[in-house]
Amino acid sequence: MTEKTPVLSVRNLVVEIPTRHGILRPVDNVSYDIHAGEILGVVGESGAGKSMTGNAVVGLLDRPARITSGEILLSGQHIHTLKGEALRRLRGKMMGMIFQDPLTSLNPLLTVGDQLTETIQEHLKVGQTEARNRAIAALEEVGIPAARSRIDSYPHEFSGGMRQRVVIALALCAEPDLVIADEPTTALDVSVQAQIVALLKRLCREKGVAVMLVTHDMGVIAEAADRVAVMYAGRLAELGPVREVLTAAHHPYTAGLMASTPLASQGKERLRQIPGAMPRLGNLPDGCAFHPRCDYAQDRCRANPGPTLDTCDGRAACWFPLNTKQKDEVSA
Amino acid sequence: MLAYIIRRVLQSILVLFVVGLVAFAMFRFVGDPVDNMLGQERTQADIERLREQLGLDQPFVVQYWRFLEQAAQGNFGLSYRQGRPVSEILLERLPATLELAFVSGLMALLGGIALGIFTAIRRSGISANIIMTASLIGVSLPTFLIGILLIYVFSVELGWLPSFGRGEVTRIGGWTTGFLTESGLKALILPAITLGLYQMTLIMRLVRTEMLEVLRMDYIRFARARGIREKSINFRHALKNTLVPVITITGLQLGSIIAFAIITETVFQWPGVGLLFINAIQFVDIPVMAAYLMLISVMFVGINLIVDMLYFAIDPRLRVDRTAGGH
Ligand SMILES: Nc1ncnc2c1ncn2[C@@H]1O[C@H](COP(=O)(O)OP(=O)(O)OP(=O)(O)O)[C@@H](O)[C@H]1O
Ligand code: SF4
Ligand SMILES: [Mg+2]
Repeated sequence: MTEKTPVLSVRNLVVEIPTRHGILRPVDNVSYDIHAGEILGVVGESGAGKSMTGNAVVGLLDRPARITSGEILLSGQHIHTLKGEALRRLRGKMMGMIFQDPLTSLNPLLTVGDQLTETIQEHLKVGQTEARNRAIAALEEVGIPAARSRIDSYPHEFSGGMRQRVVIALALCAEPDLVIADEPTTALDVSVQAQIVALLKRLCREKGVAVMLVTHDMGVIAEAADRVAVMYAGRLAELGPVREVLTAAHHPYTAGLMASTPLASQGKERLRQIPGAMPRLGNLPDGCAFHPRCDYAQDRCRANPGPTLDTCDGRAACWFPLNTKQKDEVSA
Repeated sequence: MLAYIIRRVLQSILVLFVVGLVAFAMFRFVGDPVDNMLGQERTQADIERLREQLGLDQPFVVQYWRFLEQAAQGNFGLSYRQGRPVSEILLERLPATLELAFVSGLMALLGGIALGIFTAIRRSGISANIIMTASLIGVSLPTFLIGILLIYVFSVELGWLPSFGRGEVTRIGGWTTGFLTESGLKALILPAITLGLYQMTLIMRLVRTEMLEVLRMDYIRFARARGIREKSINFRHALKNTLVPVITITGLQLGSIIAFAIITETVFQWPGVGLLFINAIQFVDIPVMAAYLMLISVMFVGINLIVDMLYFAIDPRLRVDRTAGGH
């Protein structure tokens, strides 16, 4: 799998926001790949830069935030240099996006069919009838019952879960290779969350779409993701296969996140919050940004330059990674 | 939906009843109608007879009811000043006011929406900012001052457009129109601008605010993320949503154009109902004043109703009957 060109390749991405109090870096030197048919989960506390990373990829950063360095490659093509019209043509066709709240993601005054056919006709050279047929097929694919009769309904005529299915259909109707789902289940009832996750997973496998799945929910990660990226204060804290990261976290922050989420695998262990809060962007500590909250912090952690994936073991940005005993013994 | 419409119609009727009460109270308590109608040489018998004739000896409620009955048939009695039926005088004057209101309303609506969209889309552009600043002046200058300024520039200094009157009018049935002659059209320009400018700036600022609000919505962001082109985002996805809240206020604004017409008609000596009303006040011509009041309120209420219906036509969420849950 690694020999193939990844669908999305983010290289040393930096997003900056100039403010009166200096330049903030909501995304700081982030690199990751996503391959066809693979789901990359992205987790981290609120404000960690998850959405900012996704928005940077599709070129929808709100000003004054902007990409100041790094590269974004879509199937091997540089896209971070594209602007305006060229970028617009890629959106929807090459990369789709799914937002958090299906109640607000759909235009209330246009029928579901209008929104689908417009998107399809924007990107694919098809006529009105063909676009409509494709729209119906797209709705069927995401599990909307009686799609043919519901296509002319307005968004408010669907339930929350169904609306999120419509949103997914919209994101996928022009057959993009990459989908960025920014907390697609957060706003939904618990009972439908699992269905939506299962749907995303199925579509990813069947269509070979690369998915970036942003979430707060470790359960969703465990359920759907192949690999997981943990973000902290704009930086990658850990990146690795989901099973390994969840069962044997290398970064103390990941371990803390795991300990504070009720996962089935953890059985009866008591939940433990990480003490303190994530530092504000304008006020990051030197060295490892996590050190004020870290139980394992040592002098080296407070010195610049801080740890990065590259300068550490490639999986966690930590000078003293956890759960690596075996490896140490092997290499010794 | 039907229940809603019925409720609105009932509300409208209630409003008309209240306005009717005010109009009636004017008849009853502002000056003595008998005094007004009989000259200096009158006998007590004359007064009694007229009182009876006019039903002034009846209880208040009966009088009020009779007044409403008459008003509903368009019968407001005779003008004290001209001695002719008020309805006849009003009908004569109405076309002038309606044509003026129509033109300035159209101008305010089209101009306001177009400029509102423009200033919203080009939020940080120079021309948008110039328009916004200019609109502040438009909102803060009183109508009569705008009218006088326009007269000064275009009539007195440049001599392009007439400063008063309606120009030549053509009679079609009971309607007189200024649309068909050059002088009639020319005469419309300055009053229409004077009357419509304020409404136009209001509508423009309203459309701009709403549009900016809508452009921040998730569904616009999602449409962008799907690669929908800007033109469609602005004029299809955003504009429709902008118009929903704009329609209500705009409708009310258009209603008030007819009321505001009083000032414009006075400045330009425009022979409409507004000018008629001003003249009626000078002569305490109560029947004319009362009839004008009723006419204006019927129009207001009617426009309001139409606006509500439009609301339904645009927003599908209101069209379904809510069966379960609140609203
Ligand atoms: N205009 C701005 N000025 C200053 N800081 C900003 C601005 N916009 C965003 N930020 C900061 O950028 C950081 C990244 O935000 P982002 O939305 O990517 O976080 P997130 O990980 O998606 O959080 P959440 O889980 O709450 O969605 C946040 O700390 C936020 O405070
Ligand atoms: S580098 Fe040091 S402070 Fe940072 S996570 Fe690792 S041990 Fe903790
Ligand atoms: Mg977010």
